[in-house]
Amino acid sequence: MVTEHGQLVLRVCRALLPEHDAEDAAADALLAALEAYPRLRPDSDVKAWLVTIAHRKAVDILRRRARHAVPVPQLPERVDGGEPAVSDEALWRAVRALPDKQRHAVAYRHVADLAYPDVAAIMGTSEAAARRSVADGLKALRRTYSPPSPKEHQP
Amino acid sequence: MNDLENRLAGAADPADPALARLRAVLARRAQEQDLLDVAYRTLDTPVGRLLLAATPAGLVRVAYAREDHDAVLAALAERVSPRVLLAPARLDDAAHQLEDYFTHRRQGFDLPLDLRLTRGFRRAVLEHLSGVGYGRTVSYTALAAEVGNPRAVRAVGSACATNPLPVVIPCHRVVRSDGSIGDYLGGPDVKRALLDFERM
Repeated sequence: MVTEHGQLVLRVCRALLPEHDAEDAAADALLAALEAYPRLRPDSDVKAWLVTIAHRKAVDILRRRARHAVPVPQLPERVDGGEPAVSDEALWRAVRALPDKQRHAVAYRHVADLAYPDVAAIMGTSEAAARRSVADGLKALRRTYSPPSPKEHQP
Repeated sequence: MNDLENRLAGAADPADPALARLRAVLARRAQEQDLLDVAYRTLDTPVGRLLLAATPAGLVRVAYAREDHDAVLAALAERVSPRVLLAPARLDDAAHQLEDYFTHRRQGFDLPLDLRLTRGFRRAVLEHLSGVGYGRTVSYTALAAEVGNPRAVRAVGSACATNPLPVVIPCHRVVRSDGSIGDYLGGPDVKRALLDFERM
């Protein structure tokens, strides 16, 4: 399960939270999933279920952060040894800068590749609203994020 | 799909160091909370990559690559528990003992075994097999007689063919009465290699 879906959960959490929190949220989510897994109905959509759990864990962490808000506009992200901790960090940073609804909607639709009804269910909103948030989010991302040229992408 | 959407969907990056961290944290926390029903790892050996899996009770499965490790893990999830995690720590001892075996530093295994994947006559055969020492062989016919059912030669064969713990329970030491090698979970070549190796 972790091999198959760990990466997905981690990417969804990265779209929502800074790297260090994202790893915590992903671990929380996968542990909760592991605990509940034997009770999952065999016909369930495992991916949508996992993303729902990841969503809850991420929201928990965001709420905790909001309560203990520090008067620093942006917490410095993990900087060890100068090498970028995460590939495509610029993309994640741009996604995290989106307004809440757009960020969640883009994460579930495009990072997790869930269908709109699932996205809407996780966010507790209508399908139409979810579509709108995704469209707005992508539009904003096209303004704020430019992909690296293929040359830079070479290791 | 345009480039932005492709990037969001992302290619899987198994080398992502965060994924390794995530696995380690998860394995530790699952163990602490008694959620680690089946821990597994792989081990590279002279007879190919082996999958090792253990429950809290002991080593439950050793599988050759030709058995298809993904299929073996799926079967463990089905038959033991869906809580299956890559968690090498629980298998340190088994891995060390196997490494010692494959470098002639050890002739037998001293490990807790969980034999839940076998039962009845097959289990009796496997338990008996642990007494067939390093470098020795026994025929299917003789083994059937020793377990107390001389006519059950075929059943001895199927006990070996379904041995959940090959190498550790030495079903490779069971050969045909005419001296030919017989079939093996890891393939006849591997069986021959193990027997030759033990006589070196």
